[in-house]
Amino acid sequence: MQPANLLLLTLVLAIVAYWLGYARSRSLAMPLGGIRHLKSLPFYYGARAALWSGIPALIVLGLWAAFQGKVIQLIVIGGLPDGMMPASQGEASLLLSKISNVASGALPPGFAEAPIVDAAERLKALQAQSRLLMSTLVISVAVLAGFLGWLRIRPRLNARAQVESILKWVFFACAALAILTTVGIIFSVAFETFRFFEKVPFTEFFFGSHWSPQTALRADQVASQGAFGMIPLFTGTLLISAIAMIVAVPVGLLSAIYLSEYAGKKVRGVVKPLLEMLAGIPTVVYGFFAALTVAPFISDVAASMGIEASSQSALAAGAVMGIMIIPFVSSLSDDVINAVPQAMRDGSLALGATQSETMKKVIFPAALPGIMGGILLAVSRAIGETMIVVMAAGLAANLTANPLETVTTVTVQIVTLLTGDQEFDSAKTLAAFALGAMLFLATLLLNVIALKIVRKYREQYD
Amino acid sequence: MTDQRSQAEIVRQSLKRRYRKERRFRAYGVIAIAIALGALLTLFTDIIGKGYTGFMKTTITMDVQLDGEMMYLDDPTDERQIKMADFVEPLVQSLIKEIPGASEENRKQVRELINPYASVELRDALKANPEWLGTTQTMTFLSHTDVDVYVKHAGDDAYSIKLNDQQKAWVEELQERGVIETSFNDVFFSGGDSRDPSKAGILGAIVGSLLTMFVTLILSFPIGVAAAIYLEEFAPQNKFTDFIEVNINNLAAVPSIIFGLLGLAVFINLFGMPRSVPVVGGLVLTLMTLPTIIISSRAAIKSVPPSIREAAEGIGASKMQVVLHHVLPLAMPGMLTGSIIGMAQALGETAPLLLIGMVAFIVDVPDGFFDSATVLPVQVFLWAGSPELAFIERASAAIMVLLTFLISMNALAIWMRKRLERRW
Repeated sequence: MQPANLLLLTLVLAIVAYWLGYARSRSLAMPLGGIRHLKSLPFYYGARAALWSGIPALIVLGLWAAFQGKVIQLIVIGGLPDGMMPASQGEASLLLSKISNVASGALPPGFAEAPIVDAAERLKALQAQSRLLMSTLVISVAVLAGFLGWLRIRPRLNARAQVESILKWVFFACAALAILTTVGIIFSVAFETFRFFEKVPFTEFFFGSHWSPQTALRADQVASQGAFGMIPLFTGTLLISAIAMIVAVPVGLLSAIYLSEYAGKKVRGVVKPLLEMLAGIPTVVYGFFAALTVAPFISDVAASMGIEASSQSALAAGAVMGIMIIPFVSSLSDDVINAVPQAMRDGSLALGATQSETMKKVIFPAALPGIMGGILLAVSRAIGETMIVVMAAGLAANLTANPLETVTTVTVQIVTLLTGDQEFDSAKTLAAFALGAMLFLATLLLNVIALKIVRKYREQYD
Repeated sequence: MTDQRSQAEIVRQSLKRRYRKERRFRAYGVIAIAIALGALLTLFTDIIGKGYTGFMKTTITMDVQLDGEMMYLDDPTDERQIKMADFVEPLVQSLIKEIPGASEENRKQVRELINPYASVELRDALKANPEWLGTTQTMTFLSHTDVDVYVKHAGDDAYSIKLNDQQKAWVEELQERGVIETSFNDVFFSGGDSRDPSKAGILGAIVGSLLTMFVTLILSFPIGVAAAIYLEEFAPQNKFTDFIEVNINNLAAVPSIIFGLLGLAVFINLFGMPRSVPVVGGLVLTLMTLPTIIISSRAAIKSVPPSIREAAEGIGASKMQVVLHHVLPLAMPGMLTGSIIGMAQALGETAPLLLIGMVAFIVDVPDGFFDSATVLPVQVFLWAGSPELAFIERASAAIMVLLTFLISMNALAIWMRKRLERRW
């Protein structure tokens, strides 16, 4: 049975368990003289039976569905004759995709070697077995646990307390998923990063000024060795982020000031949602706009002024990214400016200062730490932004500060290294994870500092 | 006295300058807003200007003589014969007849006006109606993409017209006679991706997006709400709770591409799940949107006044009953609003899905959660990277469809916030 159908069946079984539990509690209460002789309402006896039946079955289903693919792969690979044993993970994944192609019928068996065809047969058989086993196991767990839960219903049983404590644990598990996600991120990038540093020296990655991840595929091939110096990527990322901030900070900050201090209610009501719309546009749309409209426009303008500009200039990607970040900066600054106590404003105005003087000399200095925090958050967003730079910035890792030239960024390289054909243990693929680790650390650091500043600032005036 | 007066004098003299400064500062604000709104306007006009033609298709309507001898076919119910038969010839011959001045010598040029898939359509039509063999039928086919581009964009320098002068004259002639027409592009909404722009559609991507969003919604909404309830109502004040909160706040700001790396390393490499399927996409997007949903749900729970809780507790409800029977229903509109906004974010997300392989070229409309699929924003990305301008046109049209979805989702959220949220 397919996992999705099995999931539905488990839910149906839980509902059945609910009704059986409900009915049993009522029938137990009847001879005693009605449900007021039960410790809890019949609903809770039903809910308890449903939880008993559903939760273990769902756990078994989840674990089985998660690990069956990998286990079957290992068995299939392990069953290959000695001559075909893959030497590396890369070969293994190639072989596996061939086997699964034969199994699904995409590749006619005549085109593959005999062991592959055998393996495909074994794969199909194993998948069928696994599905059957999973279905039997999940259904029997659901029925058995549900039956046990049903059997144990007694009038004196405090079903409500039990249901509530189970629910509380379920809620806790959901909240703890956030920790699990963080741990997952750290482990998934950390392992590959360590393996990367086994192949490429630490110093080359951090201090090398040359990036060209193309490595030779075969030993006899004449190709570049592959250079993994991240400095050009790092400077490229910084250049584009800096351009973005030059656009976003003044525009975002000034519009926030205008909207919070000058604009009337009507203007605010129209302009604010429109600004927020900029934040709701998907980044792929910005990328499209940057690559097909802004970049050609910039290179045309530059050409008409006699300057040479690349058709994938850092300026185009940076400017469009700046537009994307405007609402981010403006809404954060708006919050901070509004948090400055009205008394400070009134005091300054009462002394005869104009509104702009109040803004510049009183409110802005008071709001500055919060605004800085907001800007740091915006920088971290600019560094991690992917689609705009993938579509509008280039792949050439130039070490330059000229915004009209092509630069590449960390995120662009991650995407290029990981889309398309890949072997899982080549330095090229591992480099993507190392870059991901750097990106994660950099944004994490910025976020922690920014959140700390913002929170500290809020406490000051609360 | 004199001292004070002179001071007042100084202030008065400086007033002009100070008011000027005030006006200038105000103008900066207006300019900043104008820049932001101008960018928004430019973006929209640019995309609509590039893409509205994507909603039109160019077709050729003509009488097709289904001559068995010409097609080497005498029994359309025979699979083998259908495979061997020539379905291009009747189309070319019919079109030659429609064009005055064209003859057998021009057959190659005439053939270049017809879409390469037209012969497949003719084959399918004949398979469905075997009795048509030997008759003449009025049929409508897609034109070749080059014709499509010429009809829509003649005179536009950005587009390279691939037709020669002779063909251009024919196309204009045929347009006047009503053989070549443009109409609403239903192919765009009913087909999957294709190598041929005229034949390419977004249905596959829309279905892929819906499947992915379904997985995301059924996972992230219950989990997010449950986590928010725990953190707001049950969590003890301790280090561990603080740690969970710090984690959630940080995850909300982690770049989306990192979630793609997580999906690749954990779901695909560790668990051996297949690549480019909606389930894995949905799982990755779930992890990505969870922080957003948790944060907005917590705000919604917080806004329920303590008097409600106290009243419920006062008549003997347990903590869980207070939460589930009273707080949750009252907080639900706020939670739903936050979730819709989170789902809109997930719908527009591209980067993590590229890493888990949802970027493959997929022609078929996916028919399940474990079937290879792509999503709408990735389809835009794929078409935008194409050198053919006919694909760019479709990418813009797809963006318009995507933005329509997003704007209606956000509008729904705003409407719900206005309509359902209670102020206490």
